[in-house]
Amino acid sequence: VSTASLPGVTRPARRRRSGRAQTDLTRSAGLGLGVGMIWFSLLVLIPLSAVVAKTVGGGWEVFSHTLRNEQTWAAIKLTVGQALLVTVMNVVMGTLIAWVLVRDRFRGKRVLEVVIDIPFALPTIVAGLVLLSLYGPRSPIGINVANTRSAVFLALAFVTLPFVVRTVQPVLEEIEADVEEAAASLGASRFTTFRRIILPSLAPAIAAGAALSFARAISEYGSMVLLSGNLALKTEVTSVRILTYIENGDTAAAAAVATILLLIALTVIVLLDVLQRRVARRG
Amino acid sequence: MLVSALVATACGSSSKAAAPEGATPARDVTLSLVGYSVAKTANNAAEKAFQATANGKGVKFTESYGASGDQARAVIGGLKADLVHLSLETDVTKLVTANLVAADWNTGPTKGILSSSVVVISVRKGNPKNIKTWADLVKPGVGIVTPNPGSSGSARWNILAAYGQIIAGGGSDADASAYLTSFFKNVVALPGSGRDATTAFLAGTGDVLISYENEAILARQQDQPIDYIVPDTTLLIENPGAVTTTADPAAKDYLDYVISKAGQAEFAKVGFRPLVDVGTVKVTGANNPDKPFPAPTKLLTITKDFGGWSAAAKKFFDADSGLVTQIQKATGKSS
Repeated sequence: VSTASLPGVTRPARRRRSGRAQTDLTRSAGLGLGVGMIWFSLLVLIPLSAVVAKTVGGGWEVFSHTLRNEQTWAAIKLTVGQALLVTVMNVVMGTLIAWVLVRDRFRGKRVLEVVIDIPFALPTIVAGLVLLSLYGPRSPIGINVANTRSAVFLALAFVTLPFVVRTVQPVLEEIEADVEEAAASLGASRFTTFRRIILPSLAPAIAAGAALSFARAISEYGSMVLLSGNLALKTEVTSVRILTYIENGDTAAAAAVATILLLIALTVIVLLDVLQRRVARRG
Repeated sequence: MLVSALVATACGSSSKAAAPEGATPARDVTLSLVGYSVAKTANNAAEKAFQATANGKGVKFTESYGASGDQARAVIGGLKADLVHLSLETDVTKLVTANLVAADWNTGPTKGILSSSVVVISVRKGNPKNIKTWADLVKPGVGIVTPNPGSSGSARWNILAAYGQIIAGGGSDADASAYLTSFFKNVVALPGSGRDATTAFLAGTGDVLISYENEAILARQQDQPIDYIVPDTTLLIENPGAVTTTADPAAKDYLDYVISKAGQAEFAKVGFRPLVDVGTVKVTGANNPDKPFPAPTKLLTITKDFGGWSAAAKKFFDADSGLVTQIQKATGKSS
C-alpha cells in the first residue's frame, strides 16, 4: 500500500479534478486529512459557525441596530483604521528588520533575534503595563500617549511586530545572492533588483505576515485595558464594546459585532492575497 | 441516584455522630470558590481562619477570581463552583435563573450579602490637588480614573455613587445628569476593571481614582502612595454570595463562617466594612486604623435609592438608552 503513495504515482490523477479525487488519498493521507479536519472543525469552524449562527438567529434587526449604535460604530472605525495603519507599518518595518537580520552581520544580532519574539511571549496585560510605564504620564523619556488614539496604535504595533518579521525571514534566507548578482550584471539597478526580483518572491510571505498582524490587531484586548483608557467614541476598541454587550447580557449584539470583525478580517485577507499575487506576477 | 446520595449523606452524618465528642474527624473535601477579583484577599484570610475551626478542619479550597460578570457566566458555562462571591446581586440572579443557586439564597441573616464597602475617592499621597468632596472632582484640571462601567459590572457602583450624591443633596435628576456629564468630561481613563483602574492610577494616570474603600485600604497596606477620602454622601457596596445547588455541605459551613463575627473580622482586617458587630478591629492602611470605618453622613443603598440592580442597570447602563451610555457619548463628542 505504501508504494502507492509515491508522489509520482498520485500526482497525475490529482490534476484531473474529476469525481475520482477522493480515491486518490492513500489510507495514511486520508487519516491525516481526517484528523486535520476534525481538529480544525473543533477548534475553529464550529465556534465560528456558532458566532455567525447566533448573529443570524438575532436577525437583521439586531445586526443593523448594533451597527447603528454610534459608540459601536466609532469603535469599529477606530479598531479597523488603527489595525490597517499598524499593518502597513509592519509590512515596512517587519521587512526591514527581517532584511537586517538575514543580510547584515552586527553585534547583538543574536540578542535581537530572540528579543523580536517577546511581544508574542509577554501576556498582553503586561505589555500594556510596560508600555504605560514607558509612554504614559510617568514616562522617563517624556513621551505620554496614554489614553489617546496613539496609545491604541502603539499597543497594536507592539503586539503585532513579530508577524511580518517571522514570515519574511525564512523566505529571505532562501533567496540566493547569485540571483541578485545576475540581475546586477545584466545592468539592473539595486532598486530594480529589489522591485523585480526580491519583492515578488517575498510578496507571499509579506502578505501572510500582514494578514496575521491585521487579524491580531482587530481582536486585541489585553494591552488596551490599561493603556487606551477605553474612552467612548475616542479610544474605545471593538473588543471592549463586545465585552460591554456581554456584560449587559446582550449576546446577540456581541455576536453581531464579532461577525462584523470576522467579515472585515476575511475581506482584508482576501484583498492581501489578490495584491500579493499581483506583485508576485510582476517578477 | 437520589437514593444513593441520601444514603451517602445519612452515612456521613451518622459516622460523624458516632465519633467521640471533641474529636471530629477532619473533613477531606476541596471546595471550589468562584469570586470577583477584589474578593481574593478577604477570602484567603477567611479560609485560613475557617480551617482553624472544628468545621473547617481538613477543608481545602481551589479558587478562581475574575470580573464578576465573567465569573457568573463561567459558572453557568460549567465552571465547577461550590460557592460564589460576586460583586453584583444581578450576577447571582443569573445563577438562580440557571438553577445553579437556590431561589432563597438571599433570605439569610445578611440577606445573601457576604461583604460590604463604600465608594471612596482615592488621591495621590498628600492630596496635591486638595480634593475633599464630589464637587471637587468636576473642577477643571482634575483627571478622573474609574473602571469602565460598560464592561465592568463592579465599576457601576462608582458611577451610581457620583449620581446618587446629587439626588441625596436635594438635586433633581437633571442636576445629577449634569454633574455626571461634567464628571465624564474630566475622566481620563476607564480601565477594564477595578484592579486595572488602580494599576493605571498607580502608574501615573489621572489625579483621582474612584474606588472602593477596601481597595484603597489594601493598596495602602501594600505601601502604595495613595490617600483616600470617604465622602459625606456615598454608596454602600454590597457583594453577594451563595452556595450552589450541587455544593458540598462544607460550603454552607464556610459561608456561615464568613458572615459570622469571626469571619467578618477577617474581612475587616483587609478593609471590608463588617456586616455584623465585630468589636474593635485594628485595620492597618485605614485613615484611622483604630476607627477604620467612619460612618458617612448619608449612606445610599442600591435597593433604597436606585430600586435595585435590575432597574439601575436598565436605567443607567443600557447599551443604547442608558443614561450613562448617553452621557459618555455626549462627552466623547464634545472634546
